[in-house]
Formats: sequence, C-alpha cells, structure tokens
Amino acid sequence: MAFLELKGLQKDFGPLRVVKDFNLDIEQGEFVSFLGPSGCGKTTVLRMVAGFEEPSAGSISVGGKEVTRLKTSQRDMGMVFQAYALFPNMTVAQNIGFGLKVRGASSSEISARVTEMLKLIQLDQLADRYPYQMSGGQQQRVALARALAPQPKVLLLDEPLSALDAKVRVSLRDEIRAIQKRLGITTIFVTHDQEEALSISDRVIVMYQGKAEQVGTPFEIYNRPATKFVANFVGTLNTLEGTVTDPSAGTVRVGTGEVVLKGKLNGSKAGDPVSLALRPEAISLGRQPGRDAMLGGEIAEVSFLGSVIRVRVGLGQESVSLDTFNSPASPPPAVGDKAEISFSPEDVLVLH
Amino acid sequence: MKVFAWGAFLFGCLFFALPLLGLTEFSLSMRREGYTFDAYRVVLADPQFRSTFLYSVTAAIATIVVGILIVVPTAYWIRLRMPWLRPIVEFITLMPLVIPAIVIVFGYIRLYNTSSILPLMGTTAGTTLLLICGFTVLSLPYMYRAVDTGMRTIDVGTLTEAAQSLGAGWFTILFRIILPNVLVAVLSGAFLTFAIVIGEFVFPALLNLPAFGPYMQIVGANKAYEPMALAVIAFGITWGCMGLIQLVTRLQKHTQVKR
Repeated sequence: MAFLELKGLQKDFGPLRVVKDFNLDIEQGEFVSFLGPSGCGKTTVLRMVAGFEEPSAGSISVGGKEVTRLKTSQRDMGMVFQAYALFPNMTVAQNIGFGLKVRGASSSEISARVTEMLKLIQLDQLADRYPYQMSGGQQQRVALARALAPQPKVLLLDEPLSALDAKVRVSLRDEIRAIQKRLGITTIFVTHDQEEALSISDRVIVMYQGKAEQVGTPFEIYNRPATKFVANFVGTLNTLEGTVTDPSAGTVRVGTGEVVLKGKLNGSKAGDPVSLALRPEAISLGRQPGRDAMLGGEIAEVSFLGSVIRVRVGLGQESVSLDTFNSPASPPPAVGDKAEISFSPEDVLVLH
Repeated sequence: MKVFAWGAFLFGCLFFALPLLGLTEFSLSMRREGYTFDAYRVVLADPQFRSTFLYSVTAAIATIVVGILIVVPTAYWIRLRMPWLRPIVEFITLMPLVIPAIVIVFGYIRLYNTSSILPLMGTTAGTTLLLICGFTVLSLPYMYRAVDTGMRTIDVGTLTEAAQSLGAGWFTILFRIILPNVLVAVLSGAFLTFAIVIGEFVFPALLNLPAFGPYMQIVGANKAYEPMALAVIAFGITWGCMGLIQLVTRLQKHTQVKR
C-alpha cells in the first residue's frame, strides 16, 4: 500500500470537468512532480490533496487513513505557495513558529524548532527580519522552513520557484531537493517548467486536459514519451511529417529524402502518414559515425546561445533544429549554406 | 500656469483657514482688554461638558468595537469567498450617506418604542444600545471602505490558505493574520468613526441621551464665546484623530516601505 493514494479523483467546476479519473500512488519519501501546461489540472489536484478543493469524486488517503473530507487544518500537510504567502505582520522566526504555536507547542519547543529550521535554510541571521526586508529567494526559503517546521506528513509545493529569477531558481531548486532528501519527506511539486521537474523529481506525472498522460522517471519521460503530447511538451522536439514507403524495409519518405527505420513501423502500411520525432541533441550537422540516417537541406536560421549554437535546417517543407557546441576556432554555418543532417534511427520516435 | 496653480492653492488655503482663524480669534476675545482663554476655561470647567464628552467617547469606543466586529469579518469573507457580493455590500454601506440620520432615528423610535414588541426605548440601557446601533450605521461607509481598502493590499486568499495548511482555524486566521495586517486601515476607520460620533447631534438629541452633540447645541444657543471655544475643541479632536492615523501608519513596523 502506497503512502499517499489518489484514487479516481475528479473535479468539476460547474459543467467543466478539470480533473478526470486521476489515480496515483506515491511512496513515502518520494519526490513527485506534476508537470503540464496552464489549465491542465495539476494545481487543482494539489489543492485537492491539500484540502482547499473538495473532489467531486474519488478519494485521497495518507498513510492508510482517508483524508478526503478532512479540513485543510486537520490534514497535517505543509504547503509552499508561488507568492511566498509569508505573514507580513510576523518576523521570520514568528512565521516559522506559527504552525507549532497553533498546535499548542511550548515556547521552548517552538524556539528550538525555529533555530533548527533557520539552520536548515541557512538564514540563522535573519530571524528578526520582516518579510518585506528580504529578497524573493530568502522569503521562499522561509516559506519552506515554515511549512516543514510542524513536521508534516506530506510537503506540497505549488510552483514555488516561478516568481524567482533564473539563478535563484536553480540554486533554490537544488536546495529544496537536498532538504527533501535529508528529511525524507513525501513531496508533491507542481510546475510547468520541464527542466525543474526533470532535474529534481523521482517521478514525473505529465498532465494534460485533467488526466495523467504519462507517469515515469525523468529519464523515461524524456526518452520514451508515451504520447505525442508528452513528446512535444517535454524538451524540444523536432517533428518531421513523412510517408511510409516500404513497411517491411522500414523506409519513410521525408521531403525529398528517405530514411530507414527498421523495426519501428510495426502495423504501418505503405502510404501511411507518420510523424518522426527527434530531439535536437540526437541530430548532427554533417555525417557522424553511428548516425546512419541522412537527410539533405539548407541552413535556415542560426541562433547563437553562448556555449551552444542552435541551427535550424530546412528540409523542403519541413525543418529541424539541432544544437552544436560553440567553438571559437570554427565559425558557425551561414544561412543559405547547403547542409546534411545525420541521426541514428534508434533515436527516432515514431508517432502514429 | 505656475502662477495660476499657486493662486488656486492660496485661494484653497484661505477658503479653509480663514473661517477657522476667525472662529479661533473670536473664541479668544471674551474680554475687551485682549485675547484670553476664558471661554475655554469656562467650557472645560463645566461639569456637563465633562459628562457629555465622556458619554460620547464611551459611545464612540463601543461603536468602533461593534463596527470592527461587523465590518472586518464581512469584508474578509466577501474578499475570500463572495467577491460577487461586493458591489451590493458597498451600496448598502453607502446608504447612511443618502438616508438622513433623522429618518433612521424615527424608524428606531417607531420600531422600538415602549408600546412595541421590542420596547428597547423603555430603559436607558436599551436606548443607549439603539444609539450605538445608529452610530454604527452612520460609521459604516467610512469603516467598510477603510477596511476593504486595507484588505486589497494583502493577498487574503493565499494568506488564509497558508494559515490553514499550518493548522489554523478561522478565529486564528481572522484575529492573528488578517486583522494585524489591516490594522492601519481599521484604525483609520476607527478614528473617522470617533470624529463623527463625537459631534453627532441628531441621534442623541432625538433619543434624549446626554451626549456631546446636544450639549454643543445647547451651549451654542445660549452663549456667545463658549460655543466657539467648543467648536475649536471639536476641530482639535478631529485633527488629533487624523494625526493619530498618520502616526499609527508610520509606527507599524511591518508596513514600513523598503528604503
């Protein structure tokens, strides 16, 4: 039996069903991310777990005990919000100690726990500051400490990094993961940022239109997307539209070229349209050993991104983007140059 | 253009200041030989002044407490759960500005007189209760607007959810999270209420209660210099209230602006 069980969760807002038959088992100490575009229902599921929304159907249990109809204040879950939500009238120490205070802990107990939490987030020197006197990153760390102070069973993170700038986001992301691992707390993290989800999660749940499209490890989600949506949503993906020419030989016509994809066209007939999906890192400019499939085209766009140069190659009606490392010794290709791209048929995802 | 602006400013200042200066000057002219505070001395020494002033201050404090207890939870709940009701509540709270106090008090007299089902006017305590209810109604436009504006400056929904996730109940959320964060707004409303209640004449006069408003009227009808002194004192109280609003705003640690 899993530690946190979501069974057949459903949520309707008027005639609109925003969460449809959502099932998920989360093990104790696991870090799980809900990833999806805006409006996919990820926050609604989190809010149902927290108790802010009542499910229209289904059940939620924690540690074998059903909590579906329990009030938020009785669920013993810590939550961190996108907008920090620190109490402006309280100092950092008072904010962190609030949860313990409402639970009736003694002042010595509160003080000890606050000190421990401040050490955990490395902000011991800011105990007497008010929220307005701190940066966004510091405020979010305090919000994390506040959520963890009462030792909740589950930690819920609702896009906690979205309001922060890029550098702080990366460092705080690592910090959250390190703290979560140290405390071994079961955590649900909601984000629309795939890099965030892939980098810190044990498992990722990709959501779309109120349903879990795919549940898997970050490696599985990225490398073996189960649906076209997941393939498109997670990472950058080039999609080439092609036509099966000979299913037994595995040949597909793409633009004016042809590629051989042995064993990947199961059940296809000659003339069937197929979508071939390729990650930018799976494509090379020019012939590369081990990358036997080749297509010819023309450089359509070159974007200098610092350490990486992203090149878009036009293949007739289609185009693909690929990344090459920047090398000061060799200048990037010029727009209009003839180019060949190569890739391994193994790396192609055939989306029917 | 600049000259016109300064001219308008000067005109505005004179428009407001001259009557006040005249009033103050007259209140100090009780003796022919020069300025004196005699009028103030007479007013302050009058036991009726003290008793009516104390009565009105007590009524004002009671009004403020009742007002806070009604308005803060209402404004909070409307922001949190029923935003669609806001225009209706705003309209209701503005009614006392449209309906004269005399209409309300006559309504009270008809509804709660000694021959009615609920004869509140049969006792002094009951009549005082009616007075406080009336004052609360009069203060609604100021109190509700001040509190609602205060609520607008904080993220009521997220703060409530954060507190709930930490185990807090409604009472704790309202009185330990929401109220302290809108305290400046509540105090603004409270001081405005105080200023209005202190000088209110219609309610206590028609309910026959010994408040400061009717006392000012009696003094004004029978004496020359003392009413002017009283008016200056009343102005002083109002301005003192405004000053207190500013002071409280500045002293609130957590609302100080980042410098």
